[in-house]
Amino acid sequence: MGELRLMKGNEALAEAAIRAGVDGYFGYPITPQSEVVEYLTAEKPHERTGMVVLQAESEVASINMLYGGGATGKKVMTSSSSPGISLMQEGLSYIAGAEIPCVVVNVVRGGPGLGDIQPAQSDYFQAVKGGGHGDYRLIVLAPSSVQEMSDFVPLAFDLAFKYRNPAMIMSDGLIGQMMEKVELFDPMPRMTDDEIKEKYPWATNGKPVGGERRIITSLDLDPHRLEDHNHHLQEKYREVEENEVRYELFDCDDAEYIIVAYGSSARVCQKSIQLAREEGIKVGLLRPITLWPYPKKQIREFVDKGVKGFLSVEMSAGQMIEDIKLAVEGQARVEYFGRYGGVIPSPEEVVEAFKNKFQED
Amino acid sequence: MAEITVQEIIKPENLVYKKTPLMTDKVLSYCPGCGHGTAHRLIMEVIEEMGKENDTIGVAPVGCSVLAYEFMNVDMQEAAHGRAPALATAIKRLWPDKVVFTYQGDGDLAAIGTSETIHACNRGEQIVIVFINNGIYGMTGGQMAPTTLVGMKTSTSPYGRDVHLMGNPLKITELIAQLPGTYFVTRQAVHTPAAVRKAKRALRKAFENQVNNIPGLSFVEIVSNCNSGWKMTPVDANNWMEENMFPFYQLGDIKVDGKLVEK
Ligand SMILES: Cc1ncc(C[n+]2csc(CCOP(=O)(O)OP(=O)(O)O)c2C)c(N)n1
Ligand code: SF4
Ligand SMILES: [Mg+2]
Repeated sequence: MGELRLMKGNEALAEAAIRAGVDGYFGYPITPQSEVVEYLTAEKPHERTGMVVLQAESEVASINMLYGGGATGKKVMTSSSSPGISLMQEGLSYIAGAEIPCVVVNVVRGGPGLGDIQPAQSDYFQAVKGGGHGDYRLIVLAPSSVQEMSDFVPLAFDLAFKYRNPAMIMSDGLIGQMMEKVELFDPMPRMTDDEIKEKYPWATNGKPVGGERRIITSLDLDPHRLEDHNHHLQEKYREVEENEVRYELFDCDDAEYIIVAYGSSARVCQKSIQLAREEGIKVGLLRPITLWPYPKKQIREFVDKGVKGFLSVEMSAGQMIEDIKLAVEGQARVEYFGRYGGVIPSPEEVVEAFKNKFQED
Repeated sequence: MAEITVQEIIKPENLVYKKTPLMTDKVLSYCPGCGHGTAHRLIMEVIEEMGKENDTIGVAPVGCSVLAYEFMNVDMQEAAHGRAPALATAIKRLWPDKVVFTYQGDGDLAAIGTSETIHACNRGEQIVIVFINNGIYGMTGGQMAPTTLVGMKTSTSPYGRDVHLMGNPLKITELIAQLPGTYFVTRQAVHTPAAVRKAKRALRKAFENQVNNIPGLSFVEIVSNCNSGWKMTPVDANNWMEENMFPFYQLGDIKVDGKLVEK
């Protein structure tokens, strides 16, 4: 059993970064995730593992530090909250285009604009539909506990390097700020420079003696070659969709209705399905863990098994519901309930909303 | 005197100069007469002479030189417009033993990338920044840059730069020299053989500072021409540069060994 600690989600994530053998963290303070860079500077990871930690001058700089550092084959990471993630979109597009692995954490807050500093999920479209320009995808993981804030750090890096693609951990102000018991995984050593050179021959860390130089770029002025590159990216995304869908089911075996919710909303809905079942309503919960790739097939399987309706519960104004509808393809009812602007729904209001939407069935 | 034939010229004993293998054989995409190509060659010669071919990572952001990776035969990264110093910061911090440089235009360094540039300089990142100041946005077709001279015509200052409407030309190199994080700041040119020799010495010094682990950033500005953007022949562009650019952007060292040079 790993070391047990009582920690905030943001701190667990920061500790996990050190333990996962991350080489560099670059970030700019913003509530509700400043604990990440604060924890990292206080912990002196350069002494613990040799990890570089730098407070950047802006989120534009942090994401481009990830681009440069990631392009050398090192494990690099940043964290921010919604407005800062908006600033990173150009960089993310370059990183996706140049196929650089890295991990970006968004501890989402209420928007639009400066919004507030309360938990929200309103950056869903930005995360899963590609917030920057061009046809690209991020691999998006949505933790719903402090434990997952820790566990998803090495997972996100594994996926990022496996597919040479940026991965995002999309959390929110609730998961980031709340304290829970967390079992920390044992520290993994950082890779040596020689190991990196051996394992990632594409990385620009000094031309091999007697070998060819490496080029990291997202540019190709020839439209046909650029189309080929896009074909390659789309092929890779299909592979990710095939292999990396992750989700969790609660009480779905006999369910006539299914609530779909992720992150903090899923925590709330775990209680909601319990309350509904006490009233004899057969409802289950599907919690997407990967928001992209989305568990489309699994939702469709429930439709084929005769599930009558789905309720998308979100801390946003009806974003994820679009992906449920795409999965269901009009073969079952899909309804939405959400609170937003930083308001967290209560388990009771979810049950109430469920009954209002589906009571005439 | 008998005429020399090409065959005689290319005899090994007659050759006094050879292209560095750190420039690829790819034909330069720059306009004939443009200073970018010369600046590329000087950097690559310095890297070669220092024996750092296998330990160098260059970063060239958007601008005419975005394709520098086609020509420079070392590991290269292409950056978004303005962001090269952020990439270089991370590369150097993660690989402190490597030689890291950026190659940025004036629009890139002094407009969209001012923040990344100033902060990398102020933190004293141990990198070399090469700054090609041609007073214009070459790549996008000759629009006004922060460095465009007062009265100078560009496609977005078609009647000449008017300070009241468009603000003043920015001497960002003087500004950067004020920052405690810079160790060596100089302004050079590459339009004559004498200027090329001086510019190469300056580049050599900048890269040596980095290799010798001297704390602080080395910054080499090269005032260059953009004959296409200025709408002049290469010869006229060089003359115009001497007459107009050099009086405002005076050549020479601005900061040496961490100390401002008294003028
Ligand atoms: C975010 C962004 N904005 C604008 C551009 C368009 N753009 C490309 S290069 C350039 C100006 C380059 O000028 P400079 O840095 O002086 O380099 P030069 O071409 O003169 O060498 C601009 C505006 C871009 N590529 N990206
Ligand atoms: S447009 Fe100007 S800067 Fe660009 S290659 Fe031509 S002359 Fe050089
Ligand atoms: Mg220019």
